[in-house]
Amino acid sequence: MPAQFAAKRLGKELQKISNSLPPGIELVSANNLEEWLLDIQVLDNNPLYQNEKYRLKFRFGSSYPIEPPEVIFVKVPDRPIPMHPHIYSNGIICLDLLGTGWSPVQNVESVCMSLQSMLTGNTKDERPPGDEEFVRANRLRPKDIEFYYHDNDV
Amino acid sequence: MDTDDEFMSNVSSEDDMLPDDSDNDLSGDEDFGFDDEPDHYIIDSQKDGAEKRKAAYDISFKVYQPADVQKQQNDLIDEVNMILDISKEEAAILLRHFRWNKERLIEDYMDRPGKVLDAAGLSRSSAGPPKMQVIPDFMCDICCEDEPGLESFALKCGHRYCVHCYRHYLAQKIRGEGEAARIQCPSEGCNLIIDARSLDILVTPDLTERYHELLHRTYVEDKETLKWCPAPDCQNAIECAVKKKDLDKVVPTVTCLCGHRFCFGCILNDHQPAPCELVKRWLKKCADDSETANWISANTKECPKCNSTIEKNGGCNHMTCRKCKHEFCWMCMGLWSEHGTSWYNCNRYEEKSGTDARDAQARSRISLERYLHYYNRYANHEQSARLDKDIYHKTEKKMVQLQKESGMSWIEVQYLNSASQALQTCRQTLMWTYAFAFYLARNNLTEIFEDNQKDLEMAVEALSEMFERPITELADPKLKVEIMDKTSYCNKRRVILLDDTAQNLAEGMRTRISFWSVRMANK
Repeated sequence: MPAQFAAKRLGKELQKISNSLPPGIELVSANNLEEWLLDIQVLDNNPLYQNEKYRLKFRFGSSYPIEPPEVIFVKVPDRPIPMHPHIYSNGIICLDLLGTGWSPVQNVESVCMSLQSMLTGNTKDERPPGDEEFVRANRLRPKDIEFYYHDNDV
Repeated sequence: MDTDDEFMSNVSSEDDMLPDDSDNDLSGDEDFGFDDEPDHYIIDSQKDGAEKRKAAYDISFKVYQPADVQKQQNDLIDEVNMILDISKEEAAILLRHFRWNKERLIEDYMDRPGKVLDAAGLSRSSAGPPKMQVIPDFMCDICCEDEPGLESFALKCGHRYCVHCYRHYLAQKIRGEGEAARIQCPSEGCNLIIDARSLDILVTPDLTERYHELLHRTYVEDKETLKWCPAPDCQNAIECAVKKKDLDKVVPTVTCLCGHRFCFGCILNDHQPAPCELVKRWLKKCADDSETANWISANTKECPKCNSTIEKNGGCNHMTCRKCKHEFCWMCMGLWSEHGTSWYNCNRYEEKSGTDARDAQARSRISLERYLHYYNRYANHEQSARLDKDIYHKTEKKMVQLQKESGMSWIEVQYLNSASQALQTCRQTLMWTYAFAFYLARNNLTEIFEDNQKDLEMAVEALSEMFERPITELADPKLKVEIMDKTSYCNKRRVILLDDTAQNLAEGMRTRISFWSVRMANK
C-alpha cells in the first residue's frame, strides 16, 4: 500500500497524465495507486517497431518516488515484448534509470519517454546475451537483480 | 606512496636475525616512517616482548578503539582546516573525497583549488550558509506539492525540493542504502555532494546517530591501512601497513583487542602459513569439488580414450564409451578387441594396451588422491578446531572441578587453559599447512616443511590426548608437568614452523627459488 507520501505524488501524476500525455504514450489503466498500465509506441519509422504498441506495467512501492517504480513490459494479445538488446524476453528491462540511475525527480511520464527513445535509438534485432538462461532461471524481482549497465558505464 | 619501491628493496637485503631493539614506535609506521626497517621483522607490538627475537612471521599492527578512530579523523580535519584555511565541514568533505590522503589533498588543492572543490562537490559560490527557505509559488518536483509556506531547500546547484522530500530522500539513502559521505543532490544527473553542514540541518534526529556512524565508518573503509575487526559486535579497527602486492610473501595475521585473530590481507580467520592467494584458491577448490571428487574416486573410471567419466552400474566387462565409442574392458582397461568373447572374466592383465590405459588412469587418479590426501587432513583439523570451542568450555568446567577435587588454587589450574589455547592455535595453523602443502613444489625445502609439520602435528595430537584424560588423572602432578611441557613444546614447534615458512616465503620471492612455486596443474 503506498504511503501517504507516495499517494499524494501519484495522485498528482495521475491527474496530469489523464489530461495530457506526449504523443505515442497512452494510459491504459490506473485503477489504484499501486499498479498502472501504459502503452507506448515509437514515433519515427524504425522498422523494428513499426505498427506495434507495447504495454508497460508500473508498480509503485511505498517509497516512491524516492525509490524507482518497478517497470516491465507485459505480453498480452497485440502487445508483444519489443526486441531490444536490453529487454529480456520476459519483459524485464535493463536500464540504469530504473535502478541506480533513478532520481526522485523522474516520473511515470519521463520513464515512458526514456523507454520510447530507447526503442527508437535501437538498430539491433536481438535479445540481451544469455536471455534464454536468464528467463528460465530468474526468480528475482527486477529491483533485486544486479544489472551491469555496461553501455552506460564510464 | 612513492617510497614503496625503496622499501621493497630494503626488505630483500636485510638479514632476518635483527636483534630486538624494542624501538617499535608504531605511530611512525603510519605512512612513510619505516623506510629503513622491513616490516615483517618488527616484533608484534601486541605481544609482551617475551620472545627475544623477531619472528619472521610477525607483522606490526595497531588496534584502534572507536574513540581513537574518531580522534584521528578530527586531527586530520583540524590540520587540513588550518593549512588550507577552509571550514572544517569542507575539510572533512575534501578529505573523504581524497580517501583521507592528506598529502595529496593539500598538494592538489594548492595547485588548483577550484578544480578540487568542484570535483568534491563543493563548488564555490557566494551563497551564505545553507538554510531552509520559503519561496513564493514554489512547487516541489518530487511530491508535486505547491501549497504556500512550504519550506524548501537547495544546494549550491539550485535544485530545490521541499524539506519533507529532502528528508525522505536522505532517510532512504542513510537507512536504506547505508550511504553517508557521498550522498548526491536528488536531481537527476547532478553530482553535487550534500555537505555535512546541509546534512546537519536536514537529517532528522532519529537518523543523526546512524549518519555519524556511517561517516565514521567511511574513514576506516577508505584508508588502505585500516580495517575493521570482523568479529561480531567488535567495533575496533586495526592498522597494518602491509601492502597488497606483498601478500604473496607475508601472511599478515593480526590480533584484535577482542581476541579475534584474522588475516589483514583477506579478513579471513588466521591462515598462517599459507598466503592469501593460496587460501583463496584452496577454498574455491574445496567448495567446487571435494565431495564430488570423493565420490568419483570411489565409483567411477575414465574412458581410456576420451577420459569421460564412466560409472558402471551392472552388466559385463565389455564397455562401449557412449561419447567416443571406444570399446574396452572394465577390468583391465585394455582394448576389447584383444579380449574375444570372455565377457565376464578378464585374464589379460599384462597386455600392453591395458597397462598403458591403466597408467593414464592412474595418473589422473593420483592427482585426485593427492588432493584428497591434503583435503582430508585439512578438514580434520578444521573440524577439530571447531570442536575446540567445546573443549574450551569443557576446560573451564574441568578447571573448576579440579579446584574442588584436588584442592588446587585457581592459578594452579591455569595450565589447562594454556593447553586449550595452544591446541586451538596449533590446529588452526596445522589446518592451513595442509592447504599450503598441496600447492608446494617438491624440493628440499618442502621436506623441511613437512618435517616441521609432522613434529607439530604429533605434539598436538599428544597434547590433545593428555588433555582429554579424566579429572582424577589430571590432578596427578606428574601429568600436570607433562601437559605443561607439551603445551610449551607445541607452541615452540608452531613458532618454528611459521618462522621457517615465513622466511622461505620472503626469501623464495627474492631469489626466485621455487619454494612455493604454485603447481599450476593443481588449480
